[in-house]
Amino acid sequence: MVPDDRKYTQDHEWILVEDGVGIVGVTDFAANELGDVVFVELPEVGAEFSQGDVIGTIESVKAVADLFLPVSGEVVAINNEVTDSPELVNSDPLDDGWLVKVKLSETGELDKLMDAAGYDALVGG
Amino acid sequence: MNDAPELKTTPLTAWHRTHGAKMVPFAGFEMPVQYEGVLAEHAAVRDRVGLFDITHMGEIAVTGPDAEAWLDGLATNRVAGTRIGKVVYTAMCRPDGGVLDDMLIYRLGAEDWLVVCNASNHTKIGGWLAEHRPSAGVDLVDRSSETALIAVQGPDSRELVCRLDAMAPHAADVAALEFYSGFTVAGPQGRWVVSRTGYTGEHGYEIYVPNGDALAVWEELLAKGEDLQVAPIGLAARDTLRFEVCYCLYGHELEEDITPLEAGIGWAVKLKKDAFVGRDALKAQKAAGVPRRIVCLEVTGRGIARQGARVLHAGSDVGYVTSGTFSPTLKKPLALALVAADVPDGALVVDIRGRLIDCHTVAFPFLAARTKGDPRAERTLS
Repeated sequence: MVPDDRKYTQDHEWILVEDGVGIVGVTDFAANELGDVVFVELPEVGAEFSQGDVIGTIESVKAVADLFLPVSGEVVAINNEVTDSPELVNSDPLDDGWLVKVKLSETGELDKLMDAAGYDALVGG
Repeated sequence: MNDAPELKTTPLTAWHRTHGAKMVPFAGFEMPVQYEGVLAEHAAVRDRVGLFDITHMGEIAVTGPDAEAWLDGLATNRVAGTRIGKVVYTAMCRPDGGVLDDMLIYRLGAEDWLVVCNASNHTKIGGWLAEHRPSAGVDLVDRSSETALIAVQGPDSRELVCRLDAMAPHAADVAALEFYSGFTVAGPQGRWVVSRTGYTGEHGYEIYVPNGDALAVWEELLAKGEDLQVAPIGLAARDTLRFEVCYCLYGHELEEDITPLEAGIGWAVKLKKDAFVGRDALKAQKAAGVPRRIVCLEVTGRGIARQGARVLHAGSDVGYVTSGTFSPTLKKPLALALVAADVPDGALVVDIRGRLIDCHTVAFPFLAARTKGDPRAERTLS
């Protein structure tokens, strides 16, 4: 069972919201599919996006995966530790491997995302 | 209904599946792309010893009194005069000089040769050889479907290979085996070919066995290599390993529209030979000035340049990346690129999905191979 303190997307990302700010990362499933992450490109702090926009990339040795923003809003922080040590995405994708923090502009969008049970069903976990 | 032909398997496919391998289709086979992970597997080969199931490669037996001269007329490198027990790395080209494949040619006897070609070009090369076979003097037998191939690569590979029961009586031969040499051994199910060859840039061996011996050899290597921490290695690490030492990969640095001179394997092209398919075109290209060359690039901006990325110099397109990745040993994004020959060494730009990222040329190769000499020779990492 994936943690039920957060919501999930079809693209295997999670968002944990506290006081109108969502922390965004990728799930264990995604980290596993990617293999060894060697490079992460994150957006600039202050950039604004709409739900579903591509905001960066996560790259393994062999492949490039887009990073999407699960909800509309402004990027208020990025995880510099991950840009320095991309392997954090593999070792701790749900915590230390967080990617961006976004100030939600439309909290209603969260309702469109999956809960833990829904995501478990998606990945058969 | 799925009309796709089923993927071929090797004698080790079941083993891969039950040992955590991520399997992918490759050249008509289901192959392990990784087990533990590409970075760990890459390091295992550089630091210790790793095993590769490369049974998908093609093996074509060429025999007969005219085999030597005939192969010499198709290969770019010198084949005639090869001593028994030596292995030749060569290209075979089209008449216009474009590369059909790069391959190894083994001389196992006076009239007994083995052509080992890329899995992706197996059908093409099989057809090319059949098409050019004379009516007499040369016999061709495709042995691929009965031959398994296991590579043992890394600084501890010699130690491990000598521990095999079938190799114990031949330990002296293994110890004396020179780079690009091989010999045959009587294995339980038939003839084995053991050569000191490989695609990783480390000291290593490639062992050709009948299918029936493959699983036993694989498991014996794993069991006897436990103290050496031997690891199974997938195709992903096979690519990063060869990339760091700048070995060509067909479909990347070599293609039918690239000549061996452009690809940087001119050392395997003997233009002074009497004749071989493509010789005249290559001589003409050399005389006129080879129009393109492979360069080694280090990406200094943020990004990983991958195959197909355009390379620019002074704002103009000058070529493209043939292979690129994040180098596990050197820990930076590196790329091989085919560019116009007159592009000077120094600063260039690579287009990574629309972003223009700085890069510059570096000396070839990125990492020195340790295939000869001390398997643990120190390498300066720039």
